[in-house]
Amino acid sequence: MEQVAAKSEVIEKLRKDILSLQGFRVPTDSQKVHFGLGPIEAAFPNGVFPTGAVHEFLSDNTENAAATTGFMAGLLSRTMQRGGFCVWLSSKRTVFPAALKFFGVEPERVIFIDVRNEKDLLWMVEEALKCQALAAVVGELQEVNLTESRRLQLAVEQSRVTGLLHRHNPRNANTIAAVSRWKISSLPSNPGEDLPGMGFYRWHVELLKVRNGEPGSWQVQWISGHFEHILKPEIVVPEINLLQTA
Amino acid sequence: MQKRYMSIWFRHLLTDRWIIRQPQLKDTPFVLAAPERNRMVIQAASLCAEGMGIATGMVVADARAVFPGLLVMDDKAGQPQKLLNGLAERCLRYSPIVAVDLPDGLILDITGCPHLWGGERRYLTDIVNRLRGAGYDVRAAIADTMAAAYAVCRYGKISPIVQTGNQMAALASLPPAALRLETATIERMHKLGFYQISAFVHIPGPVLRRRFGQPLLQRIDQAMGRAPETIQPIRPVEPYQERLPSLEPIRTATGIHIALKKLLEVLCSRLAKEGKGLRKAVFRCYRIDGKVQQIEVGTSSASCSAAHLFKLFELKVSSIRPGLGIELFMLEAPVVDDADKIQETLWNISGSNDLSEIAELLDRLTARAGAGIAHRYLPDQHYWPERSIKEACSLDEKPLTSWRTDHPRPVLLLPMPERIDVTAPIPDYPPMLFRYQGTVHEIARADGPERIEQQWWLEQGLHRDYYAVEDQQGARYWIFRLGHYHEISKPQWFIHGFFA
Repeated sequence: MEQVAAKSEVIEKLRKDILSLQGFRVPTDSQKVHFGLGPIEAAFPNGVFPTGAVHEFLSDNTENAAATTGFMAGLLSRTMQRGGFCVWLSSKRTVFPAALKFFGVEPERVIFIDVRNEKDLLWMVEEALKCQALAAVVGELQEVNLTESRRLQLAVEQSRVTGLLHRHNPRNANTIAAVSRWKISSLPSNPGEDLPGMGFYRWHVELLKVRNGEPGSWQVQWISGHFEHILKPEIVVPEINLLQTA
Repeated sequence: MQKRYMSIWFRHLLTDRWIIRQPQLKDTPFVLAAPERNRMVIQAASLCAEGMGIATGMVVADARAVFPGLLVMDDKAGQPQKLLNGLAERCLRYSPIVAVDLPDGLILDITGCPHLWGGERRYLTDIVNRLRGAGYDVRAAIADTMAAAYAVCRYGKISPIVQTGNQMAALASLPPAALRLETATIERMHKLGFYQISAFVHIPGPVLRRRFGQPLLQRIDQAMGRAPETIQPIRPVEPYQERLPSLEPIRTATGIHIALKKLLEVLCSRLAKEGKGLRKAVFRCYRIDGKVQQIEVGTSSASCSAAHLFKLFELKVSSIRPGLGIELFMLEAPVVDDADKIQETLWNISGSNDLSEIAELLDRLTARAGAGIAHRYLPDQHYWPERSIKEACSLDEKPLTSWRTDHPRPVLLLPMPERIDVTAPIPDYPPMLFRYQGTVHEIARADGPERIEQQWWLEQGLHRDYYAVEDQQGARYWIFRLGHYHEISKPQWFIHGFFA
């Protein structure tokens, strides 16, 4: 019996070693960033949302792109809470800087880089990921292949910058070297019993791929500056007669 | 060695400058005037105007009485200093020590220089001819002392060159004003009948001092070379430029890299010593076939870090075509700024270090894709969504007002609002459904309206009534109606953004 326990202990230790070899470091308490994602964080190795890694977000239409941007902004607010700048690179930018404040991001701490050329954009994302002074990098890249994403991953391993890649309508959703793949879509908000108007932003969060973790899907809403996990998926019955009058 | 000085007098400095700029003014009498005790007083009159009896110090109204068609131009304060500085720099070719003698002259310490031009007379002729050729009406004189040179230059009638030790004889016949005395002293001398310097120069010192004070004795001593006089020579700005000739023509990229690195290190160490940083740098390669290849970089903040600048140049080195080889490299910094960031790092170690690192990153990105790709936004005090943000000009600019979160704003904003077809029940109700890009969206929930008026002082147009709406699928939009609801002319509806 004792032998079995010792064995499982060894296996546990080896598993941790492998994780650290793969670049998953357990953050110390001072480095730890609380994302407040609840059960979603448990899907990641060691039960922490990995910062200093590249995350991939997929979206297929503009509505979902907006939801993804909102979710990413929520994550950004956590990575930037200790100060620092974020670089937001895109080729067709529609993000409204003033709206980032609703997700807890100081819009003046975001530097937007607008380039037409996708090749330049990829190079710039890599350069930005190499810069240790940044808190986070958001790249709105459409196409990126495995080799290119490996370079991004290598840059991040050196600099420990958190990278969020938003791929809107990619030609094919090929696998890239990212720590996770997310898909965020909007859900009807629930303003509560018989209340008119729009409620809190609510999203269906799908974690399609996680390296060394458990994929899954959850419902999350953004309430006054933090994520809130919704336990039971409720069926929202839209009622047109609840429209608010002026 | 006996000191020799030269004084140059620009008789119509300011008006000559105007004529050089606008040659058609040459034959028109014109004056430069500036307000003085509520009157326009002439500060400088052109040669043509002086011929009509218009002189400096007259009131413009009086001068107009003499010549009604007089052209009057505004005089800029500080202009003589600026002009003389430029002229002094030009005169550096004649002597290393050149000083500005306000308001209208230059003083050159020419000790040991004239023999290079073959004697003092030739030297003087050369300077005067060159300045006259440039369009300035000048007189010049050479003497042992500055005061004597000044006096002979302005009032001398015989020879512009005073031989060594001869200043007493040269000054004897000149009026007392030649000694740069105060107006009150000169007037008193005239009253007493001292019309020439010779009349009082032999009077014992104590007697003169009792009548006219110490300054007169000081001036006489300075003219005779018994008292010292100092000048402040101009110091020209050395251009931020470094050269590196190569023994053998260089054709490889590695060679160019090494040359560039060497030049950058020398230039950056000089900049760092002077507390400056460059904003723009040009790297020129002179090829042996006489062609010049050049690349240039710009930085977003003053930088004197050789490693960073090298990275910026490195992106462009491949565009240099060495041809048969490069024989001379030249690095120049045409735009240089004060770098005050170095001081800041002492106090705020993490913050400003980060800033400079980010500035370097932005420089690299800009070097690749061209200027104007990086934007940072600050809140602006407008409700109109497009005007609610303004671009920040620098990386450390702080917002003056806080960001507003009292009205919902979409996370994605379309650059231009797009037309949608809408079915809306009655005025001021949100629509029931709308069609955008061929898809019909049935609206389940809505907030609004939020009316945003067009700012008539900036732009004419109708107001917008914004609704935040959510369709059956949960997608959230920001739509607006342009103007008031009207039965006959159907109001136009637009989609402007997407909420998260």
